[in-house]
Amino acid sequence: MELSHKANGSYTEVLASGRLNMVSAPNLRTYVDEVVATGASRIVVNLAQTTFMDSSGLGALIGCLKAARQAGGDLRIAAVQPQVKMVLELTSMDRVLTSYASAQEAFGNE
Amino acid sequence: MVVLTLILGVNYISWRWVASLNWDAWWIAIPLVAAETYSLIDVGLFGMTVWRLKKRKAAAAAPSEATVDVFVTTYNEPLDMVMDTALAAQGIRYPHSTWILDDGNRPELRQLAEQHGVGYVTRGRDWENMPRHAKAGNLNNALMQTQGEFLLILDADQVPAPDILEKTLGYFNNRRVALVQTPQYFTNVPADDPLGSQAPLFYGPIQQGKDGWNAAFFCGSNAVLRREALMELGLLGYVKETEKSIRRALAASTKAIKQARKAADAHSPLVGGMLDEVEAAIGHAGRQLEAQESLSQITYEVQLKVQQAVRTLVQADVQALEADLAEIAAMDLAAVGESGVRVITEEAVDRLSGREWSPLGAMESIQAVLDALSVERSGEAQPLMPLATISVTEDMATAMRMHARGWQSVYHHEVLAYGLAPEDIGTMMTQRLRWAQGTMQVLLRENPLTQRGLKWGQRLMYFATMWTYLSGFAAVIYFAAPVVYLLLGILPVASLSADFFIRFIPFMVVNQLLFAVAGRGIPTWRGQQYSLALFPTWIKACTTAARNVWFGRPLGFAVTPKDRQEGGPRWSLIRPQITVAVLLAFAAIAGILRLAAGLAEPVGTLVNVAWVVFDLLVLSVLFKAVRYRGYEPGDK
Repeated sequence: MELSHKANGSYTEVLASGRLNMVSAPNLRTYVDEVVATGASRIVVNLAQTTFMDSSGLGALIGCLKAARQAGGDLRIAAVQPQVKMVLELTSMDRVLTSYASAQEAFGNE
Repeated sequence: MVVLTLILGVNYISWRWVASLNWDAWWIAIPLVAAETYSLIDVGLFGMTVWRLKKRKAAAAAPSEATVDVFVTTYNEPLDMVMDTALAAQGIRYPHSTWILDDGNRPELRQLAEQHGVGYVTRGRDWENMPRHAKAGNLNNALMQTQGEFLLILDADQVPAPDILEKTLGYFNNRRVALVQTPQYFTNVPADDPLGSQAPLFYGPIQQGKDGWNAAFFCGSNAVLRREALMELGLLGYVKETEKSIRRALAASTKAIKQARKAADAHSPLVGGMLDEVEAAIGHAGRQLEAQESLSQITYEVQLKVQQAVRTLVQADVQALEADLAEIAAMDLAAVGESGVRVITEEAVDRLSGREWSPLGAMESIQAVLDALSVERSGEAQPLMPLATISVTEDMATAMRMHARGWQSVYHHEVLAYGLAPEDIGTMMTQRLRWAQGTMQVLLRENPLTQRGLKWGQRLMYFATMWTYLSGFAAVIYFAAPVVYLLLGILPVASLSADFFIRFIPFMVVNQLLFAVAGRGIPTWRGQQYSLALFPTWIKACTTAARNVWFGRPLGFAVTPKDRQEGGPRWSLIRPQITVAVLLAFAAIAGILRLAAGLAEPVGTLVNVAWVVFDLLVLSVLFKAVRYRGYEPGDK
């Protein structure tokens, strides 16, 4: 899984491409923790290029959400692909993590 | 006759090796004597074949209660042709079911079949993204969807006679008979057969001879097979492949687990714990395999243990996630959502632990090991593959396995189906290439000389056919030798003395007589011409099959088109042969000029010019073939 981020004014976008699974999930956790530690607590994880997610990947996303909240910010997700959408729906996590169509829209109303 | 040929042949060849080699020109002398030895062995195998020529009387009456499926196999042949064959198949008198096996999956053909009350079979969804195995796959698919005790297999162009089953089923009264092959005969071939389509020597003395050794070949069409024998092959192959795959997986598992430990987060005790359990389960499976426990038991247990380990991991992920959610909720309840913290259902945990979404999928090396530790033969569309899939000529490979299992075969020497041969040289060459490639694949993958269960006679009968396909290499030498002499004056033989002629001429004469006697007036010259003239095809078949078997390269497989190809003569197809012919003619003229100038001796020149003339006569068949415009009724 390839990870990168860029600051977009009011929020920071984290781009995760590849498979978010047992092997790569800890990397995402660490990565987002580091971004939050720099003071950016409003995070959008762009999942446009995340083709697959398993239970570990889901756990990592929620862990990232917790880190952002603890830092006083929020974590939102954007552009989920069909398999990821299915996992979110199956576990009702779509009610916790709403997916926005794009990274711009995630904090668009604030 | 056979003995006489062999005595004279061995006499000639041993003299050639011992006393006649021109060592100064070893680079042509050795290849030539090797080519001659090749031909002698070829003659020897032919002699052995016709030695036991078996002329069968008509079969006993067909059993009254047999169930038969008639399969018409098609891929892309014209619908009219398929339906002609299918309707003739439907008209076979003995009670049976007729099926069109349409590998082209054409809705129009399905409709036609339904209209005429003919069964229609295509590949199902199981075959998606799986190896298709061409015609063997088509037949294997149909075998799983039908029930008849016996199967008559027909290519799309082979129109059967109404009595084909009545005349062949009686042989199966012998419960060990698994195959009855009848000739392939083509109705669209003029009397002079420019493309060498009819194979009267093969569907005659050669098959009758092989039959005498209980090694009649299965030729893919116009044959009746016993389902029980095919299913036996399918089951044996399934068990063999499954065990092989399990052994391979166990051997690879140590390395796979090591890799997985490296790839996974080394500090995650959860993942480490799961890998420990997977390793223990695989280790246990290995010990069970050594103890000869059943494959299904072993694989079931290992999959169950791994499944439990995966579920434990997923549950741990979910618990951590729920704990995170609870913390978030404690911080800021409203922001989590109006209904508070959700608990993930058991059903969701099951799905997340399932094959499709399992976290173990992240560890490809482990997943590959586990996939192979199964009895589902997951790399194939169906577990049972009764027709051999190791070769593009599934027929030869399948029959050889049947023979190795002790089944018997019959060659019934009577035309009972009327087919259509290719009508242009390009199609013909594609077809010959495919046969030769398939035969070479069988030789390289399951060499008949080393197959357990085959009798020596049977081994040699299979080997004989494979041997004939090596003729391309010998042909090159037979073309090169006279050119070398006529142009350079180098003779591969020490001297063209009386010693040479008194050994060579009797052998050649008796050899030709043997073919004439064995053939009993059958035209065999066409076949002899093609066995040399298509040398580029035979060589290409050998090299592509070797690359395919040893290095896994594709063969460049092509289905033989049954309808005529349009366009003018395609000289480019026989460019190597044209080059050789020009070279031969040029060498003959040069040789005669050298003789006139006193640079060459008369006997050598005469012999080699005669040789050139023979070579040109052999090649002349292609000039006729390229210009052949297809069959016109009335050509006969």
